[in-house]
Amino acid sequence: MTTSPAERPGTRYDIAVLGAGPAGLAAAVAAAGQGAGTVLIDAGARPGGQYWRHREGDEGALHHGWGHFRRLRRGLSAHGADYRPGHCVWHVERTEAGFTVHATREGSPRTVRAKAVIVATGAYDRQLPFPGWTTPGVFTAGAVQALLKGHGVPAGRRIAVAGTGPFLLPVAAGLAEAGVRVVGVFEAGLPTAFGRHPLATLRNLPKLAEGAGYLGTLLRHRVPYRTRTTVVAAHGTATVTGATVARLDQRWRIVPGSTREIDCDTVAVGYGFTPQTEIPLQLGCAMRRDADGSLVARVDARQRASVDGVYVAGEACGVGGAQLSAVEGELAGLHAAYATTGSAPDRRRLAGLLRRRAAQRSFAAALHRAYPVPDGWQTWLERDTTVCRCEEVTAGAIREAVDDLGATDPRAVKLYARPGMGLCQGRVCGYATTCLVARATGRRPTADDLRGMATRPIAHPLTLGALAAGDDSGGDDSGGG
Amino acid sequence: MTPPPFAFTFDGRLVRAEPGQSVAAALIAAGHRSWRHTRAEGRPRGVFCGIGVCFDCLVTINGTPNHRACLAEVRPGDVVSTQEGAGRDDLAC
Ligand SMILES: Cc1cc2nc3c(=O)[nH]c(=O)nc-3n(C[C@H](O)[C@H](O)[C@H](O)COP(=O)(O)OP(=O)(O)OC[C@H]3O[C@@H](n4cnc5c(N)ncnc54)[C@H](O)[C@@H]3O)c2cc1C
Ligand code: FES
Repeated sequence: MTTSPAERPGTRYDIAVLGAGPAGLAAAVAAAGQGAGTVLIDAGARPGGQYWRHREGDEGALHHGWGHFRRLRRGLSAHGADYRPGHCVWHVERTEAGFTVHATREGSPRTVRAKAVIVATGAYDRQLPFPGWTTPGVFTAGAVQALLKGHGVPAGRRIAVAGTGPFLLPVAAGLAEAGVRVVGVFEAGLPTAFGRHPLATLRNLPKLAEGAGYLGTLLRHRVPYRTRTTVVAAHGTATVTGATVARLDQRWRIVPGSTREIDCDTVAVGYGFTPQTEIPLQLGCAMRRDADGSLVARVDARQRASVDGVYVAGEACGVGGAQLSAVEGELAGLHAAYATTGSAPDRRRLAGLLRRRAAQRSFAAALHRAYPVPDGWQTWLERDTTVCRCEEVTAGAIREAVDDLGATDPRAVKLYARPGMGLCQGRVCGYATTCLVARATGRRPTADDLRGMATRPIAHPLTLGALAAGDDSGGDDSGGG
Repeated sequence: MTPPPFAFTFDGRLVRAEPGQSVAAALIAAGHRSWRHTRAEGRPRGVFCGIGVCFDCLVTINGTPNHRACLAEVRPGDVVSTQEGAGRDDLAC
């Protein structure tokens, strides 16, 4: 890619899109298609985000909707959007003229200025702690998926897939098709509740067919699928040597006498997703607690956040799958372009997008209701079970901060016992810590509790050198490479 | 045509990698599970989240610590070694 005039340092774009997954790609293509000067910034080496993660040279063998991805990738260059891979955004600052996006590329600072920003930073696997979950060989379900789809590497030889939510199915099916022995899919929930939402079901038949396809694959490979069952402990020191599986009651407490040992060398686990919201939080955007218990950015019908010039699309404003992310991205891209360039809105296109967004959001809401995470998982923990992996803070230490030191909210517990103070800044343990503290203090977690564990002035750890180097506006970022 | 596999070293041993793989993926493919010990308890850690979120997979590459092995693309001749602790002295967060 050559350096276009718009890329010269100091130039201001109309729109900076943060994240190149389904939401960000769709946003950048839609915005650039309207003639807005658009830059697409992403931490990854290749576009696609989590859903279209691929290796160099991989042309879609393992992917759903690959045609859609190729159209978006072509659209990026056809409409002249600047694409900047390998850029980790650590801070977005509001200025008089718009926004300054601070990023690092291979440790060196990069800044980008734009009139509007579209945050499309996606989500990562939500985790619940359990005894042994820090043992090497316990991976997030997403990690196992990323290793397979992005690198062609099976995470192990005998894999137990556990947790809750529809995402466990493609992970298990992908492994089985790659020839890995999947010893079982252990779904903690009982997703029959889904049948009670006939409208959402009817409007989204293709997605249900996709799910049925995965179940068919599991059946063909004789992979057992168990509901109200999960992995409650992993064993081994240097690596996983087995796991304990238990049946759960409605509130996810272990059914007495139901535990059994399984032979596996790997556990893939995930309990839904946690949206990456540090940038909307940095900008002071209004947040809310979504139906799945996650903190997400509030958006209006145009995907606008509460702060002027900030749009949020995809999982950062609510988990709902790749198709919903792409629809929200397109809407955000169009509206940001109309607002910054003054071009005339295309009513028919918008109406179609709004219809699809409504259908997919109702499907997502039905899924969230069908896969709740009740707090009985807290009874799987021992006092010495690690909750914060970075600072090695145990469930017992969190309890003590509440019982003995009088902490009443996650922020205070964080100060006393240090969960969430390590390098991941509470991304991994934030949800669990919030739930543990809320329950220990006899209440339900609120958006404010979640915010206490999710606020990060610096979205990505960076070296002090990069921080000291500060602004690069006099430097050269040729982008594209 | 896909480019041919190449080698790098991990704690002095040769490891094979495919072009485009992360350091973590190549190590896992070669049967390794951990390449760091935690600061407080000295526990082994390797990949957990696989996408750059958890910082469990920190590793030293060509003498520089704190690379996330799940994100860093491995290159021919890289010298990769086990990291002790989180080595966060030079990090701001
Ligand atoms: C590991 C993992 C694997 C998944 N695999 C599948 C799958 O196979 N099938 C499926 O149906 N769903 C999968 N999902 C669910 C997935 O989240 C959604 O389906 C879909 O990818 C969401 O699209 P999005 O555009 O909202 O976000 P994402 O696809 O998550 O894209 C967000 C992008 O933003 C970038 N980003 C985030 N923060 C920053 C920052 N600070 N600076 C720069 N860039 C940043 C990320 O690198 C990423 O490219 C997976 C999720 C995870 C976490
Ligand atoms: S495995 Fe989580 S950051 Fe690399």
